[in-house]
Amino acid sequence: MTIARTGIGLAMVLPPYAEWLGCSIEWVDGLPQLVMPFCDHVMGWPGLLQGGAIAGLLEVAGIAALTHRLTQEGGGRIKPVTVTTDYLRTGRDHPTRAVGTILRLGQRIANVEATAWQEDREKPIATARLNYRILRG
Amino acid sequence: MGFDMERFVAMGGLGGGHGQHLGIAYRAHGPDWAELALPYDARLIGDPTSGVLASGPIVAMMDMATSVAVWLKRGAFAPHVTLDLRVDYLRPAVPERTVIGRGECYRITPSVAFVRGIAHDGDPDDPVAHVAGTFMGMKP
Repeated sequence: MTIARTGIGLAMVLPPYAEWLGCSIEWVDGLPQLVMPFCDHVMGWPGLLQGGAIAGLLEVAGIAALTHRLTQEGGGRIKPVTVTTDYLRTGRDHPTRAVGTILRLGQRIANVEATAWQEDREKPIATARLNYRILRG
Repeated sequence: MGFDMERFVAMGGLGGGHGQHLGIAYRAHGPDWAELALPYDARLIGDPTSGVLASGPIVAMMDMATSVAVWLKRGAFAPHVTLDLRVDYLRPAVPERTVIGRGECYRITPSVAFVRGIAHDGDPDDPVAHVAGTFMGMKP
């Protein structure tokens, strides 16, 4: 389990799959940003990121953003309903970063957008729209 | 002529490092479809309280199964990239069960291939996920 500590002492536990991908959390302006180094685990064609690994990272970023917000609101469980990934650019042998942006967090449903980039945040390699069922704690 | 599935699998075509590390294996194929398998692995858990697999590995398998379906329908390997892929999670996969992914290419043009598929954990009539996506050919 990967436990990343925030500047204010909060901890977020990432699931085993996030650890398997090699993800870790960097806190930027108090919000979780995921970092995934390039390695054999996430490679598809030689030297290129596999699309499934990119989608996996976007999903982890979405869940991290939601977990962070839900923790502040008394907790809850998150179940994925739909994930739509758009691949914008080829992922190369560089670290990949991703953030989730909560568009709406209601009582039962959350709508999240996640973006992944490599060297230049202005040139994302993929985006995803993620809809979740929320079970409030 | 045609796309030689056995040779493609033997050459390690099922997704380089990522597919290998996930343990994705070939099961079956037809003229426009391919079936792959993702064995259960505790390291791929997405929800530790239930032991349910993360969805990322299922996306990776469906991306590969639908990719191969395109080459089978086209009758030849041609490099392409995923344009978009939507996954609907119908229910969580049962822990400990192998997840099977069947991808189909239902329409192909010179530049775009349209694909769909399902993932199930034993009963194809009770799928865990439904996918729909498109691939873009790399030729101009």
